[in-house]
Parts: sequence; structure tokens; C-alpha cells
Amino acid sequence: MANTLFDKVWDSHVIEKIEDGPDVLFIDKHFIHEVTSPVAFVGLKNRKLKVMFPERTFATADHNTPTLNQHLPIKDELSALQVKTLEKNCNEHGIDFWGLGHKKNGIVHVIGPENGITQPGLTIVCGDSHTSTHGAFGAIAFGIGTSEVEMVLACQSIMQQKPKKMRINVDGELNRYVTPKDVALYIISKLSSSGATGYFVEYSGRVFKEMSMEGRMTVCNLSIEMGARGGMIAPDNKTYEYIKGKEYAPKDQEWDKAVTYWSSLKTDKGAIFDKEYNFIGKDIEPMITYGTNPGMAIPISKSIPSSDTSDSKTSYIKALNYMEFKEGDQMIGKKIDYVFLGSCTNGRIEDFRVFANLIKGKKKSDNVDAWLVPGSHKVLKSIKDEGILDVLTDSGFKLREPGCSACLAMNDDKIPKGKYAVSTTNRNFEGRQGPGARTLLASPLVAAATAITGKITDPREII
Amino acid sequence: MAYDKFEILKSTGVPLNIDNVDTDQIIPARFLKATERKGFGDNLFRDWRYNSDGSSIDSFPLNNQKYNGKILVAGKNFGCGSSREHAVWAIYDYGFRAVVSSFFADIFKNNCLNIGVLPIQVSDSFLSEIFSQIDNDSESLFEVNLENQEFIIKKLDKKEVFNISLYKKGNMSNGYDDIDYLLNKKEEISRFANKFIF
Ligand code: SF4
Repeated sequence: MANTLFDKVWDSHVIEKIEDGPDVLFIDKHFIHEVTSPVAFVGLKNRKLKVMFPERTFATADHNTPTLNQHLPIKDELSALQVKTLEKNCNEHGIDFWGLGHKKNGIVHVIGPENGITQPGLTIVCGDSHTSTHGAFGAIAFGIGTSEVEMVLACQSIMQQKPKKMRINVDGELNRYVTPKDVALYIISKLSSSGATGYFVEYSGRVFKEMSMEGRMTVCNLSIEMGARGGMIAPDNKTYEYIKGKEYAPKDQEWDKAVTYWSSLKTDKGAIFDKEYNFIGKDIEPMITYGTNPGMAIPISKSIPSSDTSDSKTSYIKALNYMEFKEGDQMIGKKIDYVFLGSCTNGRIEDFRVFANLIKGKKKSDNVDAWLVPGSHKVLKSIKDEGILDVLTDSGFKLREPGCSACLAMNDDKIPKGKYAVSTTNRNFEGRQGPGARTLLASPLVAAATAITGKITDPREII
Repeated sequence: MAYDKFEILKSTGVPLNIDNVDTDQIIPARFLKATERKGFGDNLFRDWRYNSDGSSIDSFPLNNQKYNGKILVAGKNFGCGSSREHAVWAIYDYGFRAVVSSFFADIFKNNCLNIGVLPIQVSDSFLSEIFSQIDNDSESLFEVNLENQEFIIKKLDKKEVFNISLYKKGNMSNGYDDIDYLLNKKEEISRFANKFIF
């Protein structure tokens, strides 16, 4: 029978199928962080359970950590307590903990791939919805709730209904200065923020084939923003190249065996999807959001569409009121107060390269506060090693230390009330980046152009 | 283990007629700093319920004396966004036992079922009827019959059947969760882990 990539990986991990119920799914790798894990450990304690396979779980502190002065004790008492609790729990249960200052520390979805933990054909979960990032390697990866974190700690498995399958094909070539972020925002704008709910997505077609691993991660990362459980891309030579030599990658004979197996992980000809979409690369332009969910995105050169084109007028009006935008407004030229480069969506080295290339030789606008937050210590190190830090500094930018930062604004990095931020993150929800903050999602390139001019700027105009 | 058995629930409903309510609205990130599951109900819909000075926003349904009950009736695509289970804890701790909508985000729905809040998905038209019923009479009673998988508008004597897997239904009505099930499978899981090479 012709199978999809998703079927192959999922079915090989099913321990038991429950009639009129979920599958019992074995989980290969599990990431935890300080925010969604503490209550899971309390659960273990209450049930007097041990972690079944501690070596399959990896812990980092990222969601609620400061991005300045990480060498000092964390000032916020509650976040200090969360990080300490995680450390204690990890020590007690024999789990690797990469805390602040550790050279492998960083955002959970950045450090998994960069250390070679994320590999094709695995099932990977984490108590964070953007776990879908790891799907870029041909793994099944998705976010789970805290009860499920407890299940994975206790039993290395969870119970899940098998999602339906969707394929999104983007063929042809991309226009210049169109980034993976634009591709993802374009797809979400077409499908809406709930258009893929109930599905697991496979991305296929030339555009994804030619995309870097970093770009594929950005796309898979945003799968959840159209409601999908996750997204994945079949592994290829680029995938193997990326993994090879990383600390947790298979070595020697194991490597050859792994590659042979990984090569079988692709959708067979004739395999059936429950839903398919086809798009053309050259239709995609640099994108930006204007509303309060990622589906409210348009090409940057366009004006805000009419509410009549929206399926729910009240929500549309509520969103525009929150943003203080009007139907028909041009996006280009709107004044911006903050620019945020970072997060597990666009906080990898490639994103910093793109940003630095654009701003090189130009000066940051005085009207803009720019927060540049690397996704991990490894990314930070590359930024320094590659001379990017000098470029940033020369243009008047400062770099912060790694973490989720203003992506969810749990720490001090909050965009003030009413201010506008062009952000490379994944969510423009009301208050996501701070109470009353107004977020416009865009690519690192749009963020860079905007940081230079102080208003929304089409990068094609200043390159 | 963690929650009460779900039997027949008869209650009035609290309306929240907004689409795409995301988990950042249900519980803003700054309230996720706890290391125990305590006190989340107070911060449910925090930024919609309270001004930044802590005064309450009267127009928000949860602050309206007229509305109360154990059933939250919400607009389409409820619970989208993050995987934070805190969102469901907040809903549960506030006192809701069921959420009705015409569409739920996946992870949110799973989280609900894992901690004992029943997500009830009804048709768009039935959802509108529920909203108008509350609009007309906020004292109007609804009944959730888990056994028959029915949501009933008592006054109109109208009902709609909702879906839930047999397995999850069993869990909800007995008040136990997936871990209880998985713990009985540990040997099989171990065997599986050993033979799995990659
Ligand atoms: S950067 Fe944002 S989306 Fe990514 S893991 Fe952190 S909080 Fe979640």
C-alpha cells in the first residue's frame, strides 16, 4: 500500500490501537522547560513515580528567563523559582539540564536540532505548541499539555488520536527577498488560523526542497498557527548534512544504518491525503500581519482588506480596533516603535545573517527600540564568530542573551501598551508581547528594513 | 485521578460570543509562573476581565451578575494558540466543567479531556441558538448528558448530539486519566523501546 511520510513514522510508533479511542504512541525524544513541566513533576511525586527513560528527556530554561545579565541571579522571584524547580527535578530524576549560562542552553526548538537530537523518523514532543519546528527533519513533532508531559515522563508514551493528513505543495521558485517566513504567512493567510485544525501537514514541492534547514524549521514551526498539529518535510541530503557530526547524531556504522532508514522516509507515489493544497512560489511576496491572529496577513505592499472578505465580522472589527488600524490602510509607511528579532521561528543564525546583510552600512532609526535575541548560545557564538556582532554594533544595534524573550513576554521583555512592534515571532494575539502590545508578524528582512527607517518598509525598496 | 467524575450536568451558561479566542486571552503568559496548580481561576481571561489598575470591566460577561453557571459557551475556534494546560486549569478552577463551541483547537481539546473539562462541539446553527437562548433569558437551563452525548436546551426541548470517543467518555465518566491507563502498559512500552533502534 502507498503510504505517506506521516503514516510511516506514526504507524511505526504505535504500541496499541484502542478501539474507538486514541493510539498509544511511543515517544522517542522529549523536551521540557521551566514553565510547563513543574506541575507534571508534582504529578509524578503524588503518584510516587519515577521517570521511565530519563535519557530521552532534555531540559532547558528559556521561556521565563532574562535576556540581560544572565550571569547574575534571576531577579524575578517566581521565574527564579521555576528555573530552580526544574533544575531540582532534573537532578532528582537524572535528566540532562541545560540551564542559564550552559553552552547548550537556548530556546527548546533551537537547541534540539543544533545538537543533533532532532532526527528523521522520530516522535518528538514538548509542552510548547511550536514543537512542530522539529518536523523540518521528517520527524513527527508536536506540542502537548502538562498532563501529557507527565505521561511521557512516567511512561515514555502518550495517547493520541491519529490526525488527518494534509499536503501543501508549493512549486516553482520564490521571488527575490521572499523568505521562508513569508511562505508560511502566505499559506496561513490562505488557509486561515484554523484551516488545518485536525490535520498533520506535509510540505512538499520545489520551494521546500530548495529551502535551507533553517527555513524549513521556520515553516514547520508556523504549522500550528493554522491549527495543524504539526508539519513535516521529507528528509533529504540537506537534512543529513545538517545532522552529521552533531553531538547526538549517530556515528560511524550507526550513521550509515540511520541514513539508509531515513532515505525510506518519504511519501510513496499514489499515497492519499485527506486534503491537498497547491500554491505557486512566484505568487508570494514579503508578508506582514495587520490583525490579531497570524491568518490576518497580507503582502506588505497591499492595504488592509475589507471586513466583508472576513468570515467573522465581529472578530475582524475587534482586531482592527485593538490594532487601531482601519480598513483600506496602507501597511507601508506605518510608524513602528519596536523591532524584535528572535524566537524559535526566526532566532537562528540564518535569520541573523539575513538581518545583518540588510542593515550593513546603515543606521538604526532613532525612533525604534530593537531587541535582537539569539535563539541559543550556539547561535550567539556564531553571531560573534562570523563578525555579525560587529555589523550590528556599527549600525547601532545591541544584542541580548538567548531565550524566548518577547515572543511570549513572560520575562521583563514586554512591548509597552499601545506600542507597535514588527516581530519575527509567531503570534500577534492581543497582549501576546505584553499587555496592550500591538504585534505585526514579518520576516527578519522586513524587520531589518523597518528598524532602519522607523516605519513599515518593503525590504525590496532599500536593498 | 485528578478530577471529579462527570455525570449529568444541568446548568445555566456563560456566553463568550467571540471567535478565535486564543490561550493567551484565556490565561496571559505572565500568570504561568506557578510551580503548582493553584489559583489559576482568578486570572482566567485576566485582561478582558480587569483593567490594568485592577478594576473590573463590567461589560465582560464573566463580570456580569446576570451570567453564571458551569458551562462556558464560546465562539468558533476556541482555545487556539499555545499548548499551555494552564488555560484549561483556569477554566476548571473558575468552576466550568464544560465548554461549548462550534470548533476547538486540537491541543486545547486534548488538554480539556485530560483534566476533566468536557469540550462539546456543536454545529454553528445550534451554537447560535444557544447564544440567543442565553440572550433572551440568562436563567435558561442547559443539560449535558455525557452518556447519551447530548447537549440539551431545556426550554426549547432541543438537543444536539456531540462526538466523543468511547475511550475518553469512559475516562470522563469515571474521573480517571490516561496515565492510569499507560501505567498498566509499562512492560509493553519497555519491550517496544528496546526493539526500536532509532
Ligand atoms: S520562542 Fe516563543 S514559541 Fe518558541 S518556544 Fe519560546 S515561547 Fe514558545
